[in-house]
Amino acid sequence: MLISRLLDHEKGGWAFLAVLLAAVVVVPIANLLIPEDSVFHLSTYMVTLLGKYLCYALLAIALDLVWGYCGILSLGHGAFFALGGYAMGMYLMRQVGSRGVYGHPELPDFMVFLDWDSLPWYWLGFDQFWFAMLMVMLVPGLLAFVFGWLAFRSRVSGVYLSIMTQALTYALMLAFFRNEMGFGGNNGLTDFKDILGSSLQTDFTRIVLFVSSAVALAAGYLLCRYIVTSKLGRVVTAVRDAEARTRFIGYRVEFYQVWIFTVSAVIAGIAGALYVPQVGIINPSEFQPLNSIELVVWVALGGRGTLYGAALGAGLVNYVKTILTGALPEIWLFVLGTLFVVVTVFLPKGVVGVWHQLRSRGSHD
Amino acid sequence: MFGINYEVGVAMIDNDAASQNNVVDSSPDALQNRFGFLSKPPSREELVTHNGIILYLEDVTLSFDGFKALNDLTLYVEVGELRCIIGPNGAGKTTLMDVITGKTRPDSGSAFYGQTIDLLQMSEPQIATLGIGRKFQKPTVFEQHSVLENLELAMKSDKRVWVSLFKQLTGQEKDRIEEVLNLIGLTDFPRKMAGSLSHGQKQWLEIGMLLMQDPLLLLVDEPVAGMTQQESEATAELLTSLAGEHSVVVVEHDMEFVRSIARQVTVLHEGSVLAEGAFDVVQEDPIVREVYLGSS
Repeated sequence: MLISRLLDHEKGGWAFLAVLLAAVVVVPIANLLIPEDSVFHLSTYMVTLLGKYLCYALLAIALDLVWGYCGILSLGHGAFFALGGYAMGMYLMRQVGSRGVYGHPELPDFMVFLDWDSLPWYWLGFDQFWFAMLMVMLVPGLLAFVFGWLAFRSRVSGVYLSIMTQALTYALMLAFFRNEMGFGGNNGLTDFKDILGSSLQTDFTRIVLFVSSAVALAAGYLLCRYIVTSKLGRVVTAVRDAEARTRFIGYRVEFYQVWIFTVSAVIAGIAGALYVPQVGIINPSEFQPLNSIELVVWVALGGRGTLYGAALGAGLVNYVKTILTGALPEIWLFVLGTLFVVVTVFLPKGVVGVWHQLRSRGSHD
Repeated sequence: MFGINYEVGVAMIDNDAASQNNVVDSSPDALQNRFGFLSKPPSREELVTHNGIILYLEDVTLSFDGFKALNDLTLYVEVGELRCIIGPNGAGKTTLMDVITGKTRPDSGSAFYGQTIDLLQMSEPQIATLGIGRKFQKPTVFEQHSVLENLELAMKSDKRVWVSLFKQLTGQEKDRIEEVLNLIGLTDFPRKMAGSLSHGQKQWLEIGMLLMQDPLLLLVDEPVAGMTQQESEATAELLTSLAGEHSVVVVEHDMEFVRSIARQVTVLHEGSVLAEGAFDVVQEDPIVREVYLGSS
């Protein structure tokens, strides 16, 4: 009922959900039930890779919500993703228990190595899954709220805001590189053993993580869809198109901007939390400004302001990246740069825009 | 007319002082007033006072880098009146609108809405919520929204974030939108994107958006710039029909248009009021002819 209202006249959205549903059904069967020597078998490596793409897609949708609909070009959204990832990583570290290299019952290896004798206060509570999940949403959300409030209240927008978000993620990267911060410094958090009592190494856990990512992506998509089709969504788009006008008709523009920015950061945090157990590591390089810029390319390439386009872009670019970094690692950055230029100049509405154009041309003939 | 305004001006001094005190004191009423944005905007009855004045501007001065955009400007607008403000370029017409809507703060002077609301203490959205609507010189509608959505966004309603997230239009609100669509002559294409409307239609849509806010005071900046003769006439008719229910202040260059709608004209020159009165009287004023009309 609600879903059909949210996807009224949104064929791309239906297709997107159908693909996700198909993946949730087919991938587990192909991985767990079909024997390994069959051509239809899907390796666990592939399952994890696809799961990773789903997390990226969720992150892309989060960015599309603020950029495509509210016109806020955040070049630091990777920071919220990484913070969500760190919160999950802290939980996974606490689950290691005494199985670390140094065998300390409570402290993660890197703390033992640094000669710390007890957990810093901000590591407390992370042995509880529910607490960690709360932090996955709360930490990125709070940062986005404070940052957004300061920026939007002072009516910082456009390029200035983009530069500030870039500085934000860079500053966080430098901070997380420091050993004294207590997040594993350069190496970050890794060597995870299990999640909620089941080993991260089993195929079954991998499949559960994959399915969770798919469900989170679908839920994130529908949530964003609810937001953009609500009156709030129309206000936010109005802010994008004519900010001063929106203010004159009585909307507190900065409240709307902070709200949408915070919601987007929370979604990005959840994406990061699903990403970390699948890739098995979280380190400060996730805060690199380059990551956030790449994210912008995904959304631009897929087609901003459509949500499913952002997810599609994330899938496409990362697929190309996986192939290229395997075959010709040195040219990947050039390809990324070229993609960005080509999309900006020739495909202002991205792949989805081209598709719409072709279709409407077809229907005129 | 000069006489009447003058008397009202004198009567105002007392009221003005009283309301100044009101803002300073911290009684619950005054606080309510200052943070009125959080509570309900004042009703028509509260604002419309016995002397029938809705907007008081007194001795407003504003300079940009030594240039006096407004110079001791004093202006009163009555309830339900249709007032045209004319004047050569740089006379301060748009700056005047900026001051009323809170976009710019004057260096000195006072601006009151009704008798108690000090506009100089309010932010732009607060002023909009109080019932002062402004139409810009360049039509600015939300191009990526349909005509209907434009009107919905502009509607007088609770504009807080969480309320907007769950907001559904009520039957009454739909009727109101229908009514305004009718008034601005856009009934035939409620679903059309505002960006694809003609110039004249955009101007009307913008006036419609103002009406959705159910304002007491409408500020309209150059409504017929770039319009065809026919569109211009339709606009004149629309604005005239709005007066009475609303106070309408129109800033316009087009003298033909001003002649067709104006009952009261205020001539601005170098940031202050040069003359005020009926169009024909003002038109004959030798000083006015010299600075403005004489040149055309």
